[in-house]
Amino acid sequence: MTATLIIARHVLQESVRRRVFVVVLVLTLAFLGLFTLATVEAFKAQTPFGGGGTFSPHAITAVTLFGLGVFSALFLATVLAVFLTLGAVRGDAERGLLQPLVVRPLGRREFLLGRFVGAGAVCIGYIVILYAVVVLIVHQAGGRWPDHVFGPGLALAGAITILVALSLLGSVFMSATANGIAMFMLYGAGLVAGLLASIGAALGVHSVQTIAHDIAIALPFEGLYQAALHALGSNQTGLTQVLVNLGPFGSSHPNSVAFDVWAAFYLAVVALLATVGFERRDL
Amino acid sequence: MAADDRSEGAGQGLLDRPEPTEPAALLATGLGKRYGSVVALDGVGLSVRPGELVGLVGANGAGKSTLVKIACGLVRPTSGTATIYGHPAGSREARQKLGYLAELFRFPGWCTASEVLALHQRLAGSPGGTSERAELLELVDLSDVANRRVEGMSKGMQQRLGIAQALVGEPKLLLLDEPTSALDPAGRRAIRGLLLQLRERGIAVLLNSHLLGEVERVCDRVVILARGRVAADGRPNELTHAGGVEIQTGDGVRRFPQASREDVPRIVGELVARGVDIYEVTVVRSTLEDAYLEAVDRS
Repeated sequence: MTATLIIARHVLQESVRRRVFVVVLVLTLAFLGLFTLATVEAFKAQTPFGGGGTFSPHAITAVTLFGLGVFSALFLATVLAVFLTLGAVRGDAERGLLQPLVVRPLGRREFLLGRFVGAGAVCIGYIVILYAVVVLIVHQAGGRWPDHVFGPGLALAGAITILVALSLLGSVFMSATANGIAMFMLYGAGLVAGLLASIGAALGVHSVQTIAHDIAIALPFEGLYQAALHALGSNQTGLTQVLVNLGPFGSSHPNSVAFDVWAAFYLAVVALLATVGFERRDL
Repeated sequence: MAADDRSEGAGQGLLDRPEPTEPAALLATGLGKRYGSVVALDGVGLSVRPGELVGLVGANGAGKSTLVKIACGLVRPTSGTATIYGHPAGSREARQKLGYLAELFRFPGWCTASEVLALHQRLAGSPGGTSERAELLELVDLSDVANRRVEGMSKGMQQRLGIAQALVGEPKLLLLDEPTSALDPAGRRAIRGLLLQLRERGIAVLLNSHLLGEVERVCDRVVILARGRVAADGRPNELTHAGGVEIQTGDGVRRFPQASREDVPRIVGELVARGVDIYEVTVVRSTLEDAYLEAVDRS
């Protein structure tokens, strides 16, 4: 077993022993219970609308509920990612947990990679399962599937991978508390960018859209989240599409290969910075 | 007699052995480390031979922990070099040869003692398995709590587990930073015995400690650091010196500051001839603490 896998296994073992998974499971079940209730009630409360044509209240409800599910999945997974990694380097070094490990023959690079693999596996698994359950709940209640089923799941997995990497990078340079605060602020900044993009698109204000686009470039997890939202209702047209985009979970940011490449490059740069920073750090 | 109390093996011949042909277990040359404007180490030169037990003493901030951390690759020197059995400190080859106990360390509270050792076995690539774990836990008297979680252990037990962890994989050089700071007298005595056993097995040890009496008792050689420099380096009996003879008589204690051990029969004979009752004779020798304070004052 390589050093990376030993550390990854250690991270997973810690999550199990500290009952992280139990807490996450209980809270996630509570969320899913509420989500199911809201979904059933939302489809029940839907009034027939005689507009016909490109307007479908049922589709708007379904896409909005899918969007709520995706938003919640990313939020909960972000909380998990941050708490699994916020003190991985400096925090653990300050508590004296890190030194006995890194004097062993494994390199610091392998140690960091092990933490990334361990936390990444937990968070990706969590977000993909949660997304799948949300999709099934909406399908059961409303009989609809997202316009693209797998794309949003992959985009969410990419988004949470970048968040895990950013949190590990932060842990190299910041104390655990400072890193946790910074990560939630970054996440919040991403959400604001998404709302700005929706407002900009609805009002046709190009400058606001540009700012939102630039933030999505700087924080690709937000771009991937927007791409996931867009893929949920990308086949909608006309008034339905306009109303979905005006809602809190609308997105005018379709996925593109270029953006995926940028996100992968961004991830590599974050990994490189974290590794170099850790290698140069006195412990 | 105070100076002769170092009966647990200090200086027993290691320095008298012929020079070993293999590289030094630890060799530091012109080692310097700055933290901003603070100079932690200023051109330190030090060597530890295979099988040698060297004590590293000095005041708080003298640079002891920095030196140990450079040796195990946790801190990068600003200048100079450090090698472990010929390999640059911090390299994979160097880390394969050493065991380290940090001054401030912690193991995950959710791990049991046995799991801590198993993790370090895997990271060190040790093939020892269950038998090595059992042996190490026995060595530090933790066999009874092998399956107890670290969070349920006393500080002293955790310290002993730390020592067992440092010994995983049979290291050839052991770097111990204040290994007995949390131990009671019985625990300290056990660790002293363990250090002597390790020396017998040819393991080199650099022992960083504030407890001068402990260092004096077990170490072959003592290095005194002061303000980031080596202020003194030698065998304990080279660093200390004779301090006269004290004789307890019926009239009180009589001191003969210039006298040596060889003068004792003559002095006692003269006193007895004069009808003085003798109750106790002590050949006084300065302690390592005296040598340490002198060295620090000089620097």
